[in-house]
Amino acid sequence: MHEKVFTAQHLTKVYTTGEVEVRALRGVDLEILNGEVVVLLGPSGSGKSTLLNIMGGLDHASSGHLFFKDLELTALDDRSLTAYRRRSVGFVFQFYNLVPSLTAYENVALVTEISDNPMQPEEALALVGLLDRKDHFPSQLSGGEQQRVAIARAIAKRPEVLLCDEPTGALDSKTGIRVIDALLAINAQLGTTTLIITHNASIQGVAHRTLFFADGQISRIQTNETRQPAAALSW
Amino acid sequence: MAMLDRKLLRDVRRLWAQALAIALVIGGGVATLILAVGSYRSLDETRTAYYERYRFADVFAVVNRAPRTLVDQVAEIPGVAAVDARIAKPALLDIPNYPEPATGQVISLPDIGEPKLNLLYMRLGRTPEPGRADEVVVNEPFAKAHGFGIGSRFSAILNGRKRELVIVGTALSPEFIYTVGPGDLMPDDRRFAIIWMSEKALEGAYNLDGAFSSISVKLLRHASEREVIKRLDALLDRYGGRSAYGRKDQTSHAWIDHELDMLNNMSRTLTPIFLLVSAFLVNLTLSRLVALEREQVGLLKALGYRNGAIAFHYIKLVFVIVTVGVAIGGFAGTWLGVYVTRMFGDYFRFPFLVFVTSPDLYLIAAGLSLLAAILGAIHALRDVVKLAPAVAMQPPAPPRFKRIVSGAYGIDRFVSQPVVMMLRNLGHHPVRATFTVIGMASATAILIVSMFVYDTMESLVDVTYFMADRQDATVSFTEKRASDVTLQVARLPGVILAEPYREVPVRVRFGSVERRVIISGRPRDADLNRIIDINLKPVVLPETGLAISSMLAQILGARVGDSIEIDLLDGARRTVFLPVTALVEDYFGIRGMMESEALARLMRERPVVNSVNLSFDQNRRGEFYTAIKNIPAVSGLGLQRVSLANFRQTIALLVTTMASIYTGLAAVIAFGVIYNSARISLSERARELASLRVLGFTAVEVLWILLLELALLTLLAQPPGWAMGYGLAWVMKTQLAGELMRVRLVVMSSTYVYASAIVIVAAVISGLVVRERINRLDLVAVLKTRD
Repeated sequence: MHEKVFTAQHLTKVYTTGEVEVRALRGVDLEILNGEVVVLLGPSGSGKSTLLNIMGGLDHASSGHLFFKDLELTALDDRSLTAYRRRSVGFVFQFYNLVPSLTAYENVALVTEISDNPMQPEEALALVGLLDRKDHFPSQLSGGEQQRVAIARAIAKRPEVLLCDEPTGALDSKTGIRVIDALLAINAQLGTTTLIITHNASIQGVAHRTLFFADGQISRIQTNETRQPAAALSW
Repeated sequence: MAMLDRKLLRDVRRLWAQALAIALVIGGGVATLILAVGSYRSLDETRTAYYERYRFADVFAVVNRAPRTLVDQVAEIPGVAAVDARIAKPALLDIPNYPEPATGQVISLPDIGEPKLNLLYMRLGRTPEPGRADEVVVNEPFAKAHGFGIGSRFSAILNGRKRELVIVGTALSPEFIYTVGPGDLMPDDRRFAIIWMSEKALEGAYNLDGAFSSISVKLLRHASEREVIKRLDALLDRYGGRSAYGRKDQTSHAWIDHELDMLNNMSRTLTPIFLLVSAFLVNLTLSRLVALEREQVGLLKALGYRNGAIAFHYIKLVFVIVTVGVAIGGFAGTWLGVYVTRMFGDYFRFPFLVFVTSPDLYLIAAGLSLLAAILGAIHALRDVVKLAPAVAMQPPAPPRFKRIVSGAYGIDRFVSQPVVMMLRNLGHHPVRATFTVIGMASATAILIVSMFVYDTMESLVDVTYFMADRQDATVSFTEKRASDVTLQVARLPGVILAEPYREVPVRVRFGSVERRVIISGRPRDADLNRIIDINLKPVVLPETGLAISSMLAQILGARVGDSIEIDLLDGARRTVFLPVTALVEDYFGIRGMMESEALARLMRERPVVNSVNLSFDQNRRGEFYTAIKNIPAVSGLGLQRVSLANFRQTIALLVTTMASIYTGLAAVIAFGVIYNSARISLSERARELASLRVLGFTAVEVLWILLLELALLTLLAQPPGWAMGYGLAWVMKTQLAGELMRVRLVVMSSTYVYASAIVIVAAVISGLVVRERINRLDLVAVLKTRD
């Protein structure tokens, strides 16, 4: 667990939205180790999602360097970033982003079809406890179930990192805890490095480390000597 | 099946209404092409096959009396493949229980074997027994018009002697597909018959033993028609030959050519317009539809799908829609094409139909639609895939809206918020709004161009029958008569006014161009048969020189002041030069016009007439008909009332039916476009509109906000649509102009109103359909999901 998965060096990002210029990242330096569960905490607009998007190859940094192992993500073009996402990254989004016209099984298969060494969609759904719901469409699933399908979809290709942006943000606490439990179980079984963005401070107990964000920078890093199981969470 | 393909199928199912609407737009364009070009090709091919199988001749000539021995000499003219000589004479008919005088053309059939050319297609019965002077075969349309069958009888005056004839057969002939009686403008099956009789019997009746009065020639493939005509004329000249002519001047062929030309021109003009408009609209619609998929594209990219794979996925969606559209259009077009081919086939009375399948048309139609659709999709995709997936998955950044007029006096201070929303929305997407307006204007325009033909034809009727040819009847004579015959006609019972009319067949030449036309002579103060120009004013013929149709001037390349060479093909047969002194914008045929005394001087003859135009008291119609039937010199009686009815019937077939079909297709396209426009606007603004519902707006208020924009765009689109429609109508009118007929460009205000009404009705129906969707907007989803 000592291998560095991500190394960020003075990473910045400036957005121009409409007439407004937003400095979303103002020089972030960071290392993430293999197999870690890292929680990113901070208020809206503090830069968590921007960092996660750049780490996932969904967006480009404005300056600075970001390495995935030895690969410099900040030097890649769109085509190489696509290959990187396809091979190494699993995403879980706040609003699940399932394809509404595909069933749970098919949403997972959407990813396994383009992966080199995927697990069977059934296996991924079993890992999140949804094998019996595999033929349901997103509209027939509860929010928590949809998010677990999204997790199954994210892990089915055996990614090296799992990036979760507010995975419990749209869920009540009971359902949210089940989702966190599923993420931890995956981390334990597969050793997938997992980054979780949240507003919810109580989730930090399950992480190896917590990164606190403010104003586009990491203000503080906290390391947990003992991690809580998901079942011990409440909010 | 790959998951993306499964997504594709379900997307198609989800979007079925829109996909179908787009497919209908494509189908409209495709159907037009297949219908128009397909039916034209089938009819043209049918005619060619009919001509070939029944050996329709290439060159025709009429003589007074020529010995049969001349036939061998004609056959020796280089380029001649076959010759057929026969007797052909006009005859006045007397039909039981039919008061109006009818006329016919009697044609001899060889007593042994078949004619060498212009074979008959026997429909019923048999040909006359050799030498039987009472047995006849008549053309089927005439028999049907009178309910005649085998054994039916009628009388004909042959060479001044009345004979009772019995029908032993009915037939069709490639030579008489279109039969127009003397003095008539339009075919009238009840009043004009083609009567085939035994050669021996006709030789007896007309004292033409061993002689012929009509000759037909079939040419070898590469023979020069002009050369053969020249040599034929030289041979026939001393037998009273009236100048041979080719198929171009053969009445039946020329009219069919004209009708097929009109069909062809209509299709050549309308088809590209329809196809391009449909392609444009499909492009517009699909690019908006794909743009709506922005978040899904972002997701697929996030999951690791390559841009190429994503683009291919959407191109497949487009392909499915286009395939459905082409299938609908192909099916509808083929069906309509067969319907139109049969309709015209019946009208022309082709004995059989050759349906030409045209795979090239399907390819062109499918290719063009697919190209337009794919370009539309790629245009939209290019913008979406350029975005980083993280950005694509977010809704677009709030657009920069502006005040419509900045400052305290902007109009946005005086109108309600929904109107402000609409105006700002339009102001923010000026390009899209412009394209939507162009799209709807195109819909209006294709409706106008489909419907204006009717207006134009009505105006033609008005000019021809009520302003120019105002006579009630035209009496034609077998031979030209001294002009005092006009006085005799004027004395017939019921006649109110009679005017002489003289026709001289001529060949006009200017530079290398030559045409066979008629020079008509009429009194300077003619009141019945007038010439009306493009400004609807009666033309006063110049005292000297020749007035010609503008179309003829255009064909010859001659202008006022040019001197044209004229072979007079009647009387003294001289060749003269005449200056063109006036051009007349007329509507039927190409002709020369002269003042009757000037024409008499030119012909070096005392005034003679070929026919007399007259008006008569409709209450004394019966007496007048009886009197006419008893004048042996009369070869025919043209009745304007009947001619008008027949003209309208022809218009009904060619114009009304075709225009209705095109109007229907245009209406389908209009609906498809407007429905999609409304539906996509709803999708684009679903979140905003649902939020308004959450804020307490009623469904009707929200619908109002959405439809206000649609309504404004629809209304804005109408004036440019009218202008485009008028422009397209002008193109079509120019395309329709031919030697036999030209039209004035008339688009009545009612046509603009109807076209706009159809577009507005399509908009209202679209609004009603969209209303259902608004009622079903998911309000909770809006609150729960991000924005």
